[in-house]
Amino acid sequence: MAPRFDSVQSVRDGLRKVNYLADDGIAGVAFLADRLGKPILVEGPAGTGKTQLAKSVAEMIGARLIRLQCYEGLDESKALYEWNYKKQLLRIQADRKSDSWSEIHDDIFGPDFLLTRPLLEAITADDPVVLLIDEVDRVEVETEALLLEILSEYQVSIPELGTITAKQIPLVFLTSNNTRELSEALKRRCLFLHVDYPDMDREKEIVLAKVDGISQNLADQIARIVRSIRQLDLKKAPSVSETLDWARTLVLLGIEHIEAEQAKETLHILLKYQTDIAKAAKELSVDK
Amino acid sequence: MLDLMSGFISELRNAGLPVSLTENLDAMEAIKHIPLEDREAFKYALGATLVKNNAHWRSFETVFEVYFSLRGPEYAIADDADAGDFWREMQEQLQSQDGDSRGAAGGAMDQMTPEEMMAMLMKALMAGDQALMRALARQAVQRFAGMEPGRPVGGTYYLYRTLRNLDLDSMLEKLMETSREEVGGQLTPLEERLERDEHEHRIEQFKQEIEAEIRRRLVADRGAEAMAKTLRKPLPEDVEFMHASRDEMQGLKKALQPLTRKLAARLARKRKHERRGPLDFRSTVRHSLSYGGVPADPRFKYPRPAKPELMVVADISGSVAAFARFTLMLVYAIQGQFSKVRSFVFIDGIDEVTDFFKGTEDISEAIHKVNTEADVIWVDGHSDYGHAFEVFWEKYGRDVGPKTTVLLLGDARNNYHASQSWVIKEMRQKARHVYWLNPEPRSYWNTGDSIVGEYATHTDGVYECRNMRQLESFVEKLA
Repeated sequence: MAPRFDSVQSVRDGLRKVNYLADDGIAGVAFLADRLGKPILVEGPAGTGKTQLAKSVAEMIGARLIRLQCYEGLDESKALYEWNYKKQLLRIQADRKSDSWSEIHDDIFGPDFLLTRPLLEAITADDPVVLLIDEVDRVEVETEALLLEILSEYQVSIPELGTITAKQIPLVFLTSNNTRELSEALKRRCLFLHVDYPDMDREKEIVLAKVDGISQNLADQIARIVRSIRQLDLKKAPSVSETLDWARTLVLLGIEHIEAEQAKETLHILLKYQTDIAKAAKELSVDK
Repeated sequence: MLDLMSGFISELRNAGLPVSLTENLDAMEAIKHIPLEDREAFKYALGATLVKNNAHWRSFETVFEVYFSLRGPEYAIADDADAGDFWREMQEQLQSQDGDSRGAAGGAMDQMTPEEMMAMLMKALMAGDQALMRALARQAVQRFAGMEPGRPVGGTYYLYRTLRNLDLDSMLEKLMETSREEVGGQLTPLEERLERDEHEHRIEQFKQEIEAEIRRRLVADRGAEAMAKTLRKPLPEDVEFMHASRDEMQGLKKALQPLTRKLAARLARKRKHERRGPLDFRSTVRHSLSYGGVPADPRFKYPRPAKPELMVVADISGSVAAFARFTLMLVYAIQGQFSKVRSFVFIDGIDEVTDFFKGTEDISEAIHKVNTEADVIWVDGHSDYGHAFEVFWEKYGRDVGPKTTVLLLGDARNNYHASQSWVIKEMRQKARHVYWLNPEPRSYWNTGDSIVGEYATHTDGVYECRNMRQLESFVEKLA
């Protein structure tokens, strides 16, 4: 199969075109994932654009995004495939007299009666797809094993049908908020990418790219204030999406230059805990 | 290249990173697809395939720098022509140093007076000029560190010498002055703070440049293998609590939060997913009605285990001071996750400190309060486990019930006082579990005045708890 990307730089430029500003690490790993045919495990604090990365890559290469949202209690029938038993029952009842047992048996366990779930759908798709397995740390350790076959071999084994192999190797993104340690087996099969809060210059660029009608000056100030706040010892540091919300608010309010007073009044958009807000407000206004 | 890679990977393993064979092969495969002269891409290719835990990234970076900083065409890469000159100059310098003819070669910078150099550094910091900062770092190291080939001194010594001569603290103030002058007079407090952050950030960058420069020179002098060995630092999970430096303590604090979250998640999950309980007869019959009385759908009672109550009793005496600070952080973190946690601290007296943690959001404030206000000294301020336990049992013993898990934290160095181990014995009979976490290495147990063995017979287990890894495995056992 032909590689999707020519070089790391082309990944970067492509992502920039769909308004995702990747740094060297992100672009490099995405490039490698394509070349090596390996899934990417994206880890990092909430709100740093992990899910957005998968979406943007899909948009960039014009592929369909198939998303599997993980949660506790996710099982085979919701992630891989399920037999459509209602249809099977109907089939049995429809011609009760004519068929012999073995015919029916062979018939009702055919592809017609299979309901594909995201994982199976991703590998059977004819059009280009990007598979996003979101918040993989939420499933139990035992359920993780479900993913192993598809991640390393790009195939799904169904006892009644045999093994279904992928027609094409899709790009796979797994995201994790690191609420628990993922199993070694899963990690070994993936490329690892840690997405952290962006540095100041990149954050400024992100704000400029994502918020309409914002001035250079304001974006610069926003990025600097957010960096200052992140250095404080907070319960929850502001994420990129919160920075963007804040930037939009400031633009809507028609603020061109942030004064301490205005910063304090709009802090609740950036921070979600009362104690954090109080702390940041104090830090921002007091001259050390 | 292959030799270099295998050396690199075995060094990673030596540093404690779990690099499996498949990951090794992946890395080899990955670098085939990356243009070798792009150093950043090369680094990320290796990182993505070899490092699967963000906490290990720093160790990886250090090893990477040692192995790949001095080799190959990365010197050709530069942001612009100007920086390219600096790189080349540096390379010359390094070569001349190798030949032990240091000082003979050198660019225009060597002729500068220290004052000129400081002025230039200030200009570089003010403008955030990376290339100039790098060049100045190189110059500073050459000038102040006084490095000699083959001298068996660690990098920190050179770093200290360089930084002492540069006096970066006053540099910060000077930079602030200049910022103020630039806008003509007074900055608003907000701007003041932002400027300060900016300058601090740049100075920090400069320091890192210096460190990197020293490392580069040391590698040139001693070779990568030897250097990697001296630079080897324990991974965050292997840092010993008792000997943690302040930086490491900060790192531990960060690692602690996810651990308690894990503990809470694990306990909650266990509660929900425990094996099915006995048959729920009433519900089964009720549901059998829709099948015409055939009990086709058996229903089960779900067990509802009680929420655990935690009692943490921690020694905060001098002998375990570093550990105590850590345990207090642990208690604080646990208290954020569980509803029913009570914490006690003792030296030779004992006091409840639950409220100290509850009232405040700020951990350092809470610890300060514990250290100053808690009434833990009874006679002389030397640990007396026996007396502390006795008082604990007298005052709070009735609160220990069948749902309670008691965590005892300390080294059991009792200064030859009476052990009063009957308290622990009775405690275990009443409580669900009694565990003891000991921050000392197992080989020190029961030596000198340590009587952990005597207490151990009455607990459900004593665990060595010297680093994050051991604490994690304990948490897994507990849940």
